[in-house]
Amino acid sequence: MSATPVLALRGVSKRFGAVQALTDVELEVHAGEVVALVGDNGAGKSTLVKTIAGVHPIDEGVIEWEGKSVTINRPHDAQSLGIATVYQDLALADNIDVVGNLYLGREVRRYGILDEVEMERRSRELLTTLSIRIPSVRIPIASLSGGQRQTVAIARSMLGEPKLVILDEPTAALGVEQTAQVLDLVERLRERGLAVILISHNMADVKAVADKVAVLRLGRNNGVFEVKTTSQEEIISAITGATDNAVTRRAARSTGEIKK
Amino acid sequence: MSIDKTSASPEDHVVENPDAAPQAVTAVDPRLLVREQGFKGYITEFKRKIKAGDLGAIPVVIGLAIIWIIFQSLNSNFLTAGNLSDISVAMVGTGMIAVGIVFVLLLGEIDLSVGSVSGVAGAAFAVLTVTHGMSAWLAFVLAILTGTVAGAIHGFVFAKIGVPAFAVTLAGLLFWNGFMLQILGDSGTINLDSEGLVAKLTSYYFTDVAAAYGLALAVTVLYFLSSFFGNRRREAAGVPSRPLSETILRTVLLAVLSFVVAAVYNQYKGLPLAVVIFVAVLLITDFVLRRTRYGRMIFALGGSVEASRRAGINVEMVRISVFAISGTFAAIGGLFIASKIASANQGAGAGDLLMNAIAAAVIGGTSLFGGRGRTWNALLGVLVIVSIQYGLALEGIASPVQYMITGGVLLATVVIDAITRKTQKTAGRA
Repeated sequence: MSATPVLALRGVSKRFGAVQALTDVELEVHAGEVVALVGDNGAGKSTLVKTIAGVHPIDEGVIEWEGKSVTINRPHDAQSLGIATVYQDLALADNIDVVGNLYLGREVRRYGILDEVEMERRSRELLTTLSIRIPSVRIPIASLSGGQRQTVAIARSMLGEPKLVILDEPTAALGVEQTAQVLDLVERLRERGLAVILISHNMADVKAVADKVAVLRLGRNNGVFEVKTTSQEEIISAITGATDNAVTRRAARSTGEIKK
Repeated sequence: MSIDKTSASPEDHVVENPDAAPQAVTAVDPRLLVREQGFKGYITEFKRKIKAGDLGAIPVVIGLAIIWIIFQSLNSNFLTAGNLSDISVAMVGTGMIAVGIVFVLLLGEIDLSVGSVSGVAGAAFAVLTVTHGMSAWLAFVLAILTGTVAGAIHGFVFAKIGVPAFAVTLAGLLFWNGFMLQILGDSGTINLDSEGLVAKLTSYYFTDVAAAYGLALAVTVLYFLSSFFGNRRREAAGVPSRPLSETILRTVLLAVLSFVVAAVYNQYKGLPLAVVIFVAVLLITDFVLRRTRYGRMIFALGGSVEASRRAGINVEMVRISVFAISGTFAAIGGLFIASKIASANQGAGAGDLLMNAIAAAVIGGTSLFGGRGRTWNALLGVLVIVSIQYGLALEGIASPVQYMITGGVLLATVVIDAITRKTQKTAGRA
């Protein structure tokens, strides 16, 4: 793992009117590393991702890209750095085929005309290297299952040759097999040396593919854990802030009773 | 499966992991019904498409055949070269407007102003040439630009201010109709020079027999060469290509069709200039929609506005330009209609013109919900509508009945469209 993180956030804060959405958030992602970003609803996960993706510029703090301080004010800035974001709603056009969607907005042209042959050849190559299985690259997105659409959306983000891929709840609303496909794909991104930020509510997914878990709670860091050495309960208690929950209370009570 | 792999062996969290290296699998789902190569594969693919409700132009072509058979059995003058030639010249005006409507429908929007805008173009040309004595070519260009500007204004209000397209263009319908009446002035009707530029649009015929046959031959050869070399390139790149037998079959069908049409024209006055222009417009617009980046943007916008925006497409620019295109074709159509009657009058662009243009696009197979359709749809649809008009006129049936029948056909088309959409949904193709 590289010494300099691909992306580092140092003391990032963001406020919307009277709401302090993020306060002094720190985050580091290295190449070839999957960092899961977890937290309850409203913890600031989406806001954090949007600051990285350039949707909301940060108010305070520093974003470092490969060790250098950068400003990300527009989505375009993030893209040109090499940050690709796959949003929860996939942003694919249902009526256009897989090739057309992969290359939407960055079509390959020959003499000013769409070069369908070249796009199809490259699409097949890309899908093969990512081991994505879909019926055909020439069928409309509407014909694909939810998992297949998700893999196409992720493959689409790969076309810009990014260094960091942000996946916003890629397995939400997917079945068992489709979830497995997407998680496989996340691993393949890591194998290719990409940095991945994975937002998820599903602890099983996080445990399966992430190297580190960064927990946000009420817009603040609430610990970064090594997945290998951390139990699911520890992560969940960091998410909920439940240093005292039913179990610990009972434990405390019983020890208290014993003491008494 | 991956879940077990990673959680069971946490020590192999290194970048180069030989176990999980991408295996050489092709991007093909094993459940896919692989299309057989060769001609047999083409037939099975065709049958599968029919079953899945992917009917394409088939219902319209069958409908058109039925209409022609019915009118021919009622009146043996219907399928004569003269009548068919007249139908094809008469359809160009409405057809041009329908081409613009196809563009707007692809966005999932509607343009109700095209009838009035077409009237403005005809009136503008008449006023500029007859009243102000401007040169015909300059007036012709200015009349078309009037439509472009009118459409761009509608597009601007729709895209930048966010007023629903039907409201903007409804306002346009009233405004441009009033504008036309205003510039026509008190006289009401301005007759055009019957030998002038616009009059020639529909009255000029290439009388030389070689013209029609030559064009038919050129179209056939061009089609064959482009698909042949297209397939060669696909083969060279290793992506699926059409078998040669399929290319030949398609070329033969096209050749038969174009030579029959040419023979029909040559039996009468020859190849009509209006039809040549219309076919050229269809070829160009189809090329723009399917082969250029701009066309891809229009389809993307019809599929998902959000996806288009995130892909960096300038949504407002595309919307404004599509309405400008719609206005331009409305103006061109208006000039053809003025040409047919060799005058600009107060009734131009009113009546059933707007509804016929929209109906033509929809009957031809353009989806009302955006993202599906081709400009060739306008040709088929307008052929159906004008055939009905001419057939009923031959029978001496008045326009009330004509409206009811056209309405019935439109309803039938939309019903077929709805049913095929349902079938396509169950077959996972919508």
